[in-house]
Amino acid sequence: MIKDLIRIKSKMQSPVKGIVTFNKKKFRFSDWFAEKVIKAVAFLSIAIVILIFIFVFREAFPIFKMDKTEAVTSELLVQESYGGTETENTNVKIKDNQLDNSNNNEAPGAKPSSTLLSKTWMPVSDNPRYGLLPLFLGTLKVTLIALLFAAPISILAAIYTSVFAKPRVREIVKPVIELLAGFPSVVIGFFALMVLATVFQNIFGYASRLNSFVGGIAMGLAAIPIIYTLTEDALTSVPRTYTEASLGLGASRRQTAFFVVLPAAVPGIFAAVVLGIGRIFGETMIALMATGNAAMVSINPFDSVRTLSATIGAEMAEVVFGDTHYSVLFFIGSLLFIFTFAMNALAEFYFKNRIIRHYQAKK
Amino acid sequence: MMMNRNLKDTIVESLTGVSVLLIIFIIVSILAVTIAGGWPNLNWAFLSEFPRDGMTKGGIFPAIIGTAVMTIIMAVAAVPFGVITAIYLAEYANEKSWFAKTIRFAVKTLAVVPSIIFGLFGLGFFIGFVGKNIDGLLNGGELKWGQPNILWASLTMALLTLPVVIVAVEEAIRTIPREMREASLALGATKWQTIKKIVIPGSVSGILTGTILAVSRGAGEVAPILFTGAAYFLSDLPHSLSDQFMSLGYHIYIMSTQSSDVDATLPIQFATTLVLLLLTFSLNAIAVVLRYKIRKKEK
Repeated sequence: MIKDLIRIKSKMQSPVKGIVTFNKKKFRFSDWFAEKVIKAVAFLSIAIVILIFIFVFREAFPIFKMDKTEAVTSELLVQESYGGTETENTNVKIKDNQLDNSNNNEAPGAKPSSTLLSKTWMPVSDNPRYGLLPLFLGTLKVTLIALLFAAPISILAAIYTSVFAKPRVREIVKPVIELLAGFPSVVIGFFALMVLATVFQNIFGYASRLNSFVGGIAMGLAAIPIIYTLTEDALTSVPRTYTEASLGLGASRRQTAFFVVLPAAVPGIFAAVVLGIGRIFGETMIALMATGNAAMVSINPFDSVRTLSATIGAEMAEVVFGDTHYSVLFFIGSLLFIFTFAMNALAEFYFKNRIIRHYQAKK
Repeated sequence: MMMNRNLKDTIVESLTGVSVLLIIFIIVSILAVTIAGGWPNLNWAFLSEFPRDGMTKGGIFPAIIGTAVMTIIMAVAAVPFGVITAIYLAEYANEKSWFAKTIRFAVKTLAVVPSIIFGLFGLGFFIGFVGKNIDGLLNGGELKWGQPNILWASLTMALLTLPVVIVAVEEAIRTIPREMREASLALGATKWQTIKKIVIPGSVSGILTGTILAVSRGAGEVAPILFTGAAYFLSDLPHSLSDQFMSLGYHIYIMSTQSSDVDATLPIQFATTLVLLLLTFSLNAIAVVLRYKIRKKEK
C-alpha cells in the first residue's frame, strides 16, 4: 500500500529532478538500513522456534544410542542452598541419586530406550525403568477431565456474551472473564491444592486428596479464558447479515444462536478447543501441585496421576547432567513440543482455511 | 407451540447466563480465598524481612526483589525485540510473502509452546550451550555461567513473553490512522522517518500495554525458571547476573508442596499468594484499561 504511494509520489515528482534525487539518495541508505535491521530482528522469532527444536531434541537424542556405558558426570545441575531443617532431607536425596547412578553403571542393564514402552516409571532405582505409559495415560485423563469441564462452560459463556447479553453487560463481563487469563498458574494450583481438593473430597469422599479430577478441574480453569476468548471472536465474526436474516424470518434469539450463528462459527470454535487442549497438555505448575504426582496405570478419575509436563518439572532439578534420566526427560519435552506445535498448526492452517472457505462459499 | 418455544428459549438463555456466572463465581472465590487467608498476615515486616527459622517465619523480601529484578531484565530483553518485530509485521511485511507468514506462525507457536519447554530450552541452550562455552573461553572451564542464574532465567522468560509484546504493540500500531502516515510521506519524510516520528510515538500506549502484560506474565510464570535460576532459599540478595534468585511463584510452589511442615507455613503461603495475585492482577487491570482505550480510539 505505502510502497505504491511512494511509487506514485516519485513518479509525480520526476519533473523536478535535481533536488529530489539528491534528497532521495541521501535518505535511502538509512531507510534501506533500517528496513534490513528490522527484518533481521523480526527473523529472530523464527530463529527461536528453530533453536528450541534443535536444542530440546539434541538433549533427547542420546537415549537412542545410549546403553550400559553411559558417562555419568557427578556434577549436580542445580546447586541450591537450603535453609534450616531442609538440609538433611535433600542431602540424603542427593546421595540416593548418586548411589543409584553408580549402580546403573555396574549392572549390565538393558538399553534405556527399550523400557520406554513399559508400564512402570521408576527413573530413580537400582534398575531404572522409563515406561511412559502411565505418564501418557495420566496426561490423557487429566486433559479429558479438564476439557469436559472447560469447553462447555466457555462456549456457553461465549454464546451469552456475543449473542444474548446487552452491549453494556458484555463490556463488563468480557474483561472480567479475561482477567482469569491473568491469574498465574501457580495461584490456580495453590487454590486447587488448598480449596478444591478439600471441597471435592468432602463431596465425593474418595481416598487420595490430590487426583486427576482435582487437577483436571484446576487445569480447566486455566483453559477457560483461552477457549472463551477465541470462541467469542469466532461468534462475533459471523456476518451480521446471517443473524438479521434469521431474526427477520421470525426465529427466536435462541434459535438464531444455536442454528445459525453457532454452525457458522464451528471451525473457529474447534480451533479454540484445540488451542485449549494444547494449553492443558503443557500445563506444569497446576499438574505438579494438584494431581498427586503418582505414576499409576489406572483409569479411575479419583486416582493420583503424574502428567508428562509435571514429570519434567519435578525431576529435572534433581537429575544428573547428561544422564539417561536427563535425556528421557528431554525426550518427553520434545514429545510435548511436537504435540503443541501440531495442535497450533492444525488450528492455524486447517481450521482457518475452513473458516475462510466457509464465508467465501456463502458469499 | 409458542409457549414451548418461549420456555425453551428462556431455559437455554439462562443456561448460558449460568455459565458466565459460574466463571465469575470461580474468579471471585479464588480472590476471596486468597484475600481471606493472606490479608491478616500481610504487613510491612512480611514484605521487608528475610525468611527465618528454616523458612517457617519471617518475610518474603528476597522473593519480591528477585521477581522484580528478573522481570526488569526480562522486559529489557523482550520489549525492544517485540516492538521491532511488531513494526515489521505492521509496517513492512507483505502479508502474502512466505517470510511474513512464517514470522506470524513462529510468533503464534511461541505463544502456545508450554512454559516448561522454555525451561528445557533455557537449560539446554543458555546453560548447557552458551554458558558452558563462555566458561570454557573466559574462565578456563571453571563453572560460572554454565549453571542456573538470574540472567539465564530472565532471558528464558523473555522468550516466553516475546509474543505478548508483539501482539499488543502490533494491535496498537494498526490503530494509527493511515492519513497520518500518508501526510508524513507526502511531506517528504522517508518510511523510516515516518515510523520514527509517527508510528512509534503513536503506539506508546500499546508498547506500555505490551510491557505491562509481559511483566505480569513473567512475574507469575514458574515453570521456565524451575531449573534455569530460581532458588529455594538464599541468605542474600543476588549481587551479579551469575547469582541465583528467589521468586514469588517458586516460593509458593515450594512452600506448599515441599516444605517440611506445610501446615505451620500456611499463613506465609497465603500471604505470598496474595502478594503475587495483587501484583499480576493490578498489572492486568491497568493493561485492560489501556487496551480498552486503544480500541475506543480505533472506533
